[in-house]
Amino acid sequence: MMSNAIQELEAVPPNVSRFHLIQRIILGKPATVLAALIVLIFIIIALLAPVLAPYDPLAQSYLKINLLPSPDNWLGTDQFGRDILSRLIWGSRNSLIFGLVSPTLAAIIGTFLGVTAGYFGGIVDRLLSRVIDMLLAFPELLLAIMIAAVLGGGFWNIIAVITVAFIPGFARVARATTLAVKQEPYVEAATAVGVSTPVIILRHIVPNISSSIVVLLTLWTASAIRLEASLSFLGLGTQAPNPSWGNIIRDGLNNVFGSPWPIVGAGVGITVVVLAFNLIGDAVRDVLDPEIGQ
Amino acid sequence: MLRLIVTRLLDAIPTLVMVLILVFVSLRILPGDPAQVALGEQATPDQLNLFREQMGLNAPLWQQFFSFGWNMLSLNFGKSLINGTPVIDLLAQNLPYTIELTLVATLIGLCIGVPMGVFAAVNRNKAPDTGARLYSLIGYAVPDFYLGALLLIVFSLNLGWFPINGGGDGFVDGIYHVLLPAITLAALKSAFLGRLTRTALLEVLGKDYVRTARAKGADENRVIYRHGLRNALLPLTTGLGLSILSTLSGSVPVELVFNRPGIGSLLINSIAQRDYPVIQAGVVMFAFFVVIINLAIDLAYVLVDPRIRVK
Repeated sequence: MMSNAIQELEAVPPNVSRFHLIQRIILGKPATVLAALIVLIFIIIALLAPVLAPYDPLAQSYLKINLLPSPDNWLGTDQFGRDILSRLIWGSRNSLIFGLVSPTLAAIIGTFLGVTAGYFGGIVDRLLSRVIDMLLAFPELLLAIMIAAVLGGGFWNIIAVITVAFIPGFARVARATTLAVKQEPYVEAATAVGVSTPVIILRHIVPNISSSIVVLLTLWTASAIRLEASLSFLGLGTQAPNPSWGNIIRDGLNNVFGSPWPIVGAGVGITVVVLAFNLIGDAVRDVLDPEIGQ
Repeated sequence: MLRLIVTRLLDAIPTLVMVLILVFVSLRILPGDPAQVALGEQATPDQLNLFREQMGLNAPLWQQFFSFGWNMLSLNFGKSLINGTPVIDLLAQNLPYTIELTLVATLIGLCIGVPMGVFAAVNRNKAPDTGARLYSLIGYAVPDFYLGALLLIVFSLNLGWFPINGGGDGFVDGIYHVLLPAITLAALKSAFLGRLTRTALLEVLGKDYVRTARAKGADENRVIYRHGLRNALLPLTTGLGLSILSTLSGSVPVELVFNRPGIGSLLINSIAQRDYPVIQAGVVMFAFFVVIINLAIDLAYVLVDPRIRVK
């Protein structure tokens, strides 16, 4: 899916980005309205976790192990007597933070690299393209696992791992679109009247490739949330006892006979959020890059 | 043909070198004593010394790199720090399970995905097409380890139809054990393959030669399969390659869910135990896989599209 998006975006000349398009994107289809609403709700849940969660997500109690759902604990408790609902609510924070921050960082770094390579060309471009192609040969999860294997867990390491996994894709699209924009008469004109290179890049190149980058960014937010969940499930992401949807499922698997709710709850959370972001991503693509909408 | 294979093989070398550099540098770039970093705070001085000796950390850096590279390429991965088993034996024990899972999952994924895509394309914008689209939307969103956990709970724990864990002994038992993990991966990959088949086939069905075939009164099935699907094979080959790669990476969490042996679970367990020689070997192994699969895709193009052979 990732490589498909890259190929599609490379092939299409960049459009002019207009931010009032957001309205058209979100209100375009009923499914997108619903998706946007779902994302909004989850963001509110993540932000208000301290207020919304009925219990401390880390508080263990040997008197409350594996309780069934009840008015006190809506989804029951896990093998350590922790309130499952509270863990799911706090877990949404970690899932969303990594899902939103890492692709944004990757977009900034990837665009910088891609524009540099595409605009200046030469040996820098050849080297960079080579490295990007090599990295793109790896599925993002595998790349992330390989990096996490040698780096280890921890907040900043996870951010770094997910960011690095997405940089090659952004760089490739930024490079290809920069090459196209560079040919445009207005860039030639700007060069001819002696506008300095940094100004050309910031005023003429970057705004004109931004729509492709934004499309990729929304599509990959979903991928990043999935990636964080997978890494946390593997024990390479958010570290226990801190909850994230991925490691809640991991804990749940060790306690399947105790309670199915951690697995079901976290799984539904990931699926719904990823689905919603995918729908928004499709809608953004349809509006910003209509030609590849099919 | 031979020249193409050789060029592609040479093209793969830089990727392997890059992975080797990544693995080599990552151990040494981290602040502090690499042995301490790799083994953790609780390591005893004896363990630290053993580690330094095993990883050749006492030699000059350039010498370290060349001996490291040589060892990796000659499959000399050293011994596990946990139980002293040669890493190559661990890999040999686990490798068949990962290959089995990837192959069976890809096969099932193809058997579901391609017919679904054809069916959706033929019934464009009708109920089957909408159904296939919904399936692919959900398939993109459900994490493989979640689906695996659900299938495990329902079919193994509650209904008892499938074994709970392990890889199985012998061919029949092996297939019995691989089925549920393979279905997990296949269900999600078929969403992707189905979508791709639909797009590729629809594009081909819009071509002039398909109209000609219909105009001369060819049977509709013949039009779809002989003229349509055959020409849609090229984009499908790319898709199949991507799908195999993502099945391979999905095998890591799925092996963990089903408590199945394999390179993925070997790697993840060795990370938890900070068994550095095994981690290195696992990472290099996955890189080998990726390179080989990409190579296979390139060669598959040649088989599928005779035009490439001529170039």
